[in-house]
Amino acid sequence: MDIYLLEAVMNGVMLGGLLALLALGLNLIFGVIDVVWICYAELVMAGMYAIYWLHVFYAWPFLLACAAAIALVALFGLVLHRLIIEPILGSAPINQLLATGGMLFFLQSFATLLFGTDFRNVGIRLPVIELGDIDLSFARLLAFIAALVGAAGLYLFLARTYLGTAIRAISQDREIMGLMGVDQRRIYLITSAIGGGLAGLAACLLVLQYDVHPFIGLTFGPITFMICVLGGLGNMFGGVIAAFIMSQIIAIVGYYFSVEISYVLAFVLFIVLILIRPRGILAR
Amino acid sequence: MTDTRIAAALGLAALVALPFVLPTYFLHIVIQVLLLGLIYTAWGFMGRFGLVSLGHGAFMGVGAYTSALLWNLYGVTPWLGIPAGMALAVLLALVIGYPCFHLKIVGHYFALVTLALGQVVALLIIAGRDVTGGSLGMTPRAVGTSWLAVQFQDRTQFYFIALALWLAVLGVRYWASHGMRRAALEAIGEDETAAEAAGINVLSEKVRVFVVSAAITAAGGSVFAQYIMYLNPETVSGVGISLQIVFAAIAGGMYSALGPTVGALLTLSLNESLRVLFGTSFIGAANTIYGVLLILFIIFMPRGILGVVEQVLRRFRPPPQTAPAE
Repeated sequence: MDIYLLEAVMNGVMLGGLLALLALGLNLIFGVIDVVWICYAELVMAGMYAIYWLHVFYAWPFLLACAAAIALVALFGLVLHRLIIEPILGSAPINQLLATGGMLFFLQSFATLLFGTDFRNVGIRLPVIELGDIDLSFARLLAFIAALVGAAGLYLFLARTYLGTAIRAISQDREIMGLMGVDQRRIYLITSAIGGGLAGLAACLLVLQYDVHPFIGLTFGPITFMICVLGGLGNMFGGVIAAFIMSQIIAIVGYYFSVEISYVLAFVLFIVLILIRPRGILAR
Repeated sequence: MTDTRIAAALGLAALVALPFVLPTYFLHIVIQVLLLGLIYTAWGFMGRFGLVSLGHGAFMGVGAYTSALLWNLYGVTPWLGIPAGMALAVLLALVIGYPCFHLKIVGHYFALVTLALGQVVALLIIAGRDVTGGSLGMTPRAVGTSWLAVQFQDRTQFYFIALALWLAVLGVRYWASHGMRRAALEAIGEDETAAEAAGINVLSEKVRVFVVSAAITAAGGSVFAQYIMYLNPETVSGVGISLQIVFAAIAGGMYSALGPTVGALLTLSLNESLRVLFGTSFIGAANTIYGVLLILFIIFMPRGILGVVEQVLRRFRPPPQTAPAE
């Protein structure tokens, strides 16, 4: 087998982990609150700027900056739900998507206003691991592992804790759960905070691999939505599978042709798959 | 009714007189308002019946690049290039729309499918950089003033082209929003299953609206690029412009005939005044305000500016004999 192709496949696996983590948070919100945060990738961007700022300008240790960013984006998620989603929960679902679209515009241009369009780098260089003939970026491996840990943590939280059970229950039947004494409003707020926190975690991992700029959200946003839908609404496991399928397409096609063509194929595949399996690739 | 007719006639007379009294700079803005306004109006064809497309940039891009490439590479006049772009957009709308509506893909899902479509077109334009210039964009080959090339040194000709197109789109909207067709589409927007049961061919109505909207958007994108004389995957295609179309239409009020045009006026004048006031040192200011406004609009006045204006006007008017449609 071609050694460079193998490298591309490995990088695809790493990217898959990251995309899975991104899709996870969005999927949680999509599944529980039935709202698409179209500004999700912009929350990640905000987190990346927070880390950049705290680490580079205020010289906070990187891990502390990351923790602060996770908390900050989690808080942002909560506020986003409280201020923007909650007042229009009762109106047509598409309105909620559009309102978060306004937030997308706001975050993107506010970042431009504050930081300009420069590409900024946190300046942390992680070593490259050599596995035989294959070079593997440590930053990517770290992102992959952290994404898996994050996913596992979310799974355990949802499956094993009382709160997690309530969240899963409400995603299955929001009316009945209200009658059973579950405070729907509180669950939504907690879910939004967790979704934001996952975006913050993704920001910590992305900032090690990519430069921050106001439009970075547009690079990851669309593909994340597609992964979510392909995995099936609210289906965490499906989301992870879809993330790895998409990332392999991007990696392998990108290796043979170009990055743009690989994304084109990924989006075309999404359109075809949603027409064949509208409820997700794992739906029966 | 006669009141409205007189107002319309006066408005039209004012619009015809406009290029002779307006300074060039303002005429430049008005031409853009008309061209973008007609694209936003076309989006509203679908939007007001609950079909939210987040990928209208795809049709704009297809229209703009088809006519510009035909002109640059083969010297084909935009008079043929624009219909060619419209035909391609129609084809694209059919390929996406038919299976989507057949399988009852609506709401979030339809929005995301169109978002993917917008990405596909924008990425193909970037990937075809040998021909399209990629992210750097391209300019149609300039030949000075020529009707054949649809290029004019004087803005007045362009103004009348834009005005004619804009009026034609309003005409299409008027035609589509009266009688049975509007009733059918409104019924579909409210409850598809019930509409189907009432004997409406939901599938063909939706496909028709989508196709008409796509064709007009392609034509608008093409003429807009022809006017600006610059095409860039960011400005005529992709997520950014697709969302801009959606929000301008909503802010202006997609349920009113002139709403999307008001949206175009609002966004362009906001952009321009901030640019004039603060210069380029304040990049992003316009869109920051814009983003906040959009959130407020969707929460507090989802029917947009004109929707609210109409509501207020209705309050001061004696109730008409027949019940109002909206």
